Amino acid sequence: MNAHKPDDRGAIAAADRLREVTLNGRPLSTAAETLADLVAEQGFGDVKVATAVNGDFVAARLRESAPVRNGDRIEILSVRQGG
Amino acid sequence: MNQTEPLRRAMAGATSTPLSFYGVQVSSRLLLGTALYPSPQVMSEAVRAARAGIVTVSLRREQARGRSGERFLDLIRALPVHLLPNTAGCRTPKEAITTAEMARELLETDWVKLEVIANDDTLQPDLFGLVEAATELVKRGFKVFPYTTEDLSAAERLVAAGCRVLMPWGSPIGTGRGLSNPLALKTMRAYFPDLPLVIDAGIGAPSHAAAAMEMGYDAVLLNTAVAKAQDPVTMAAAFANAIDAGRAAFESGLIEPSDRAQPSTPVAGTPFFDFEPPHSGGTRR
Repeated sequence: MNAHKPDDRGAIAAADRLREVTLNGRPLSTAAETLADLVAEQGFGDVKVATAVNGDFVAARLRESAPVRNGDRIEILSVRQGG
Repeated sequence: MNQTEPLRRAMAGATSTPLSFYGVQVSSRLLLGTALYPSPQVMSEAVRAARAGIVTVSLRREQARGRSGERFLDLIRALPVHLLPNTAGCRTPKEAITTAEMARELLETDWVKLEVIANDDTLQPDLFGLVEAATELVKRGFKVFPYTTEDLSAAERLVAAGCRVLMPWGSPIGTGRGLSNPLALKTMRAYFPDLPLVIDAGIGAPSHAAAAMEMGYDAVLLNTAVAKAQDPVTMAAAFANAIDAGRAAFESGLIEPSDRAQPSTPVAGTPFFDFEPPHSGGTRR
């Protein structure tokens, strides 16, 4: 039995690797394995941002070792006007 | 001509006592918010016109591939001010603590204006959450500027937690109503004679700020009254002048109000003193 062509298998394997997270309040499917990957994937590789996962601060130096898991609620914040 | 020290200070437009927060001397008794201005340019000019020594900023979600935060930070870093990040919008101690940690990393300051909001209608501080968050933040090395009310029991707990400045509200954020509870604010000033106290929120007019300063408050933090004025830059200068005037008045020792009129011109030598008063109600004294 040949259920899938090789290309499909690749696509399914890639989909298996995707994680469903909430980023800044919006749902996101991401292949990022670590918070550092996610920050880079979202275009913040060279931008000054601060991160939190599930309500806890994750320092920039710890993003490489912070895994992204299904269901994570992730915040990426920057400085804004405030009173 | 020899100038006395008060005259020298007055001519220089200076007041005598410098103000410090957590050992950092600031050049101004006006702390200004950076939100709600018609443009970044107007905001920058208003900060300069206000001669503000400290400005408040917030943290907000960044758009993917966005650089809004960086652009704003570049703008604000060009101003001669200390940055005081806030935890605006946080409703729990945990949210506030996480926001403070994020701000410390982004801005490289351990100062934080701590807000824990009790409800959306009044934006009143949640005093229980505030004390809890302040206690934890002080343990983590933060220098906490708590946005609080005039409640003395909360104030005492904040000081016991390690806060070395308190920021009671004048009235609810953004209302512009001025000092809603002057008696309680006077009591608070008297209760903490040596602690820096800042009126934060609810200031609508320069006269409100001057009243706070005349009461002996050390500084005023405001945003909306300047940012939403028709001419924010000129309004910023008006507040700076009012705060200087109020502080100078406090340092000069205000007279006690009296229920009875007292002639300011000397009575001795008054002409026609021996004439009969024109009507029976008036008496010479």
